[in-house]
Amino acid sequence: MASQRTARAVSPAANCFRLAPCRTYAQLARPAWARAARSSRPASSPLATCDAKPARITSVQNNSNYHKVVLRQSSSSATGEDEPPLKTPLFDLHAEYGAKFVPFGGYTMPVQYSDLSVSESHKWTREKASLFDVSHMVQHTFTGPTAPAFLQSITPSALSTLPPGSSTLSVLLHPTGCIVDDTVITHLPPSTAFPEPTFYTVTNAGTRAKDLAYLSSHLDVWNTERADGDSEQVIHTVARERGLLALQGPLAAEILSEAGLLTGEQGSEKLDLNTLYFSSCTLARMPLSGKGEGVTGALFVSRAGYTGEDGFELSIPADELAAVARRLLALGGEDRLRLAGLGARDSLRLEAGMCLYGHDIDDSTSPAEAGLAWVVAKERRFGGKEEGGFLGAERVLEEVKPKKEGGKGVSRRRIGLIVEGAPAREGAKIVGEGGEEVGVVTSGCPSPSTGKNIAMGYVKDGLQKSGTELGVLVRGKKRKAVVTKMPFVETKYYRKA
Amino acid sequence: MAARVSIARAARSLASSAAPPRQLRSSGLLCCGNGAAWQRSAMRAAALEKTSLRQELRRGFAASATAREKKYTEDHEWIELEASGKIGTLGITTYASSALGDVVFIELPELGLEVNAGDAIGAVESVKSASDILTPVGGTIVEANGALEDKPANVNRDPEGEAWIARIEVRDAKELDGLMGKEEYEKFTSE
Repeated sequence: MASQRTARAVSPAANCFRLAPCRTYAQLARPAWARAARSSRPASSPLATCDAKPARITSVQNNSNYHKVVLRQSSSSATGEDEPPLKTPLFDLHAEYGAKFVPFGGYTMPVQYSDLSVSESHKWTREKASLFDVSHMVQHTFTGPTAPAFLQSITPSALSTLPPGSSTLSVLLHPTGCIVDDTVITHLPPSTAFPEPTFYTVTNAGTRAKDLAYLSSHLDVWNTERADGDSEQVIHTVARERGLLALQGPLAAEILSEAGLLTGEQGSEKLDLNTLYFSSCTLARMPLSGKGEGVTGALFVSRAGYTGEDGFELSIPADELAAVARRLLALGGEDRLRLAGLGARDSLRLEAGMCLYGHDIDDSTSPAEAGLAWVVAKERRFGGKEEGGFLGAERVLEEVKPKKEGGKGVSRRRIGLIVEGAPAREGAKIVGEGGEEVGVVTSGCPSPSTGKNIAMGYVKDGLQKSGTELGVLVRGKKRKAVVTKMPFVETKYYRKA
Repeated sequence: MAARVSIARAARSLASSAAPPRQLRSSGLLCCGNGAAWQRSAMRAAALEKTSLRQELRRGFAASATAREKKYTEDHEWIELEASGKIGTLGITTYASSALGDVVFIELPELGLEVNAGDAIGAVESVKSASDILTPVGGTIVEANGALEDKPANVNRDPEGEAWIARIEVRDAKELDGLMGKEEYEKFTSE
């Protein structure tokens, strides 16, 4: 960490937007030894907020079929395996609404609430609007003129051309070309708060320790190559003092408009959500009452989500998270807006054909295998303006190159399935006509919206064509399964006409 | 460790190569979501210790007088013997059905299926989880509640009545002796 330079001066006017690395709810919820360990590091170190005893990548094994990275935890990890689970700032609110809690990604998270069953909550999200607490996810910022170049060295995205206020889905890559984690990278709009290029990313909770170790090791190398105090260095901050809410569903925009978000440097302009399209982001403040008394600090308002519906993700200062959630619930009213938990979130994302890290993609999956070739930007592909130059590029680019141009393709592919009879769950074998094993299911459930049993999984290359009839073994019996194009339910993103 | 053995047996007789035993064990009635195997395993481990202790204590007490009482398992199934003492009706408990959430699919056992106590005879599925139904006693399945195929949600409405799962010709009614009575089960689920 010796080379991590101290935080750059930020203009006082920008304080409201600053991502202060200390004084976090998660920090306070940690055992004393963890706090002590953190405070012994320089507070300005970008990784001072990284609470993990870093997982070290000890070896990378190659075999003919896949690459597997072996991680060894130096001791207890921050993923919550052997630590008491953390609470998000909304824990009390969840309990008040009758949440059923489960441990997830090191946190105690609501899986559903007492007012609606999982499928009711799922359907509610498709028809009205739901509010999800996703504060367990890890929010980061990468700041500095070389931040896009650094991120381009570990992802296949084109970030130097990503306009401010835009987001892209991306993947952090191993040197093997396999996926460390999936993430959304947002180029934050310029403001006095972020006078330098700042990229805001959200990564998964379950991969927290691994991701932070990965980022720190690559950032160390990056910053070591740039002298101390050099403005070319990248500052990485884990925004632990921010919570995250997802407001999703067809009524999400209507409800959020009623909240009267304020934008502009003076916070005096009304934000027009009609011009905030899918995959874009703006900074705004939310009045906490109709009378304009009490306005929040800076929210990152992204038109994004994990449900396939129109909706928003709101990154909110942790100490204002509950106030924002209550304000939205009050504005929405129980006829329009309900809290929803991880149960509905999982079935919604599956219907939308989205991957869940650790299930549908992991350290052994490459982007092309996962059907995520589209996250590899045109500019980064063979012949592109910024060809290659990222971890695993050799494999990733070969695999995304069309076969007719000599691309080598992949040996397995992620596909969607509709299964007859019993729902197929994670781990169920996919078999061919003769009963031979051709793949495995990685996620599956009865789809509340379609009434069909949907699943995703991997099959041998060649079997991915929509309409291909396969079988899935559920409790020893072969059930008919048809390869089906994803998403299973039409997505309803708010795009520019 | 009787229950653990029977789960392994269930894995052999029902799952064949389809699902590893680990999965069967984790797909119990109170499991939530894909990643929640922990919950089930922990519960089962706790239940296992109690079972063996209880069975030790009861061995030797003839229970014919109480055999027709409705009995409950740690896996949240119930069984009730008919007057003849030969046929038992079984299903999942109200506690289990509410923990599962909305049931959307039921897999029923085939008629004539010969089973041992602890074998999986079918499954109950909600959006978030799949759970095996384990028979509390050995015997032969003589009837399955076909009405549930069209209306699986009945399991949420009346799990201990109309939404029974199957009827079984009981091989040895003594197997019911190791199970809990109503009060004991209520105590078990409130712990």
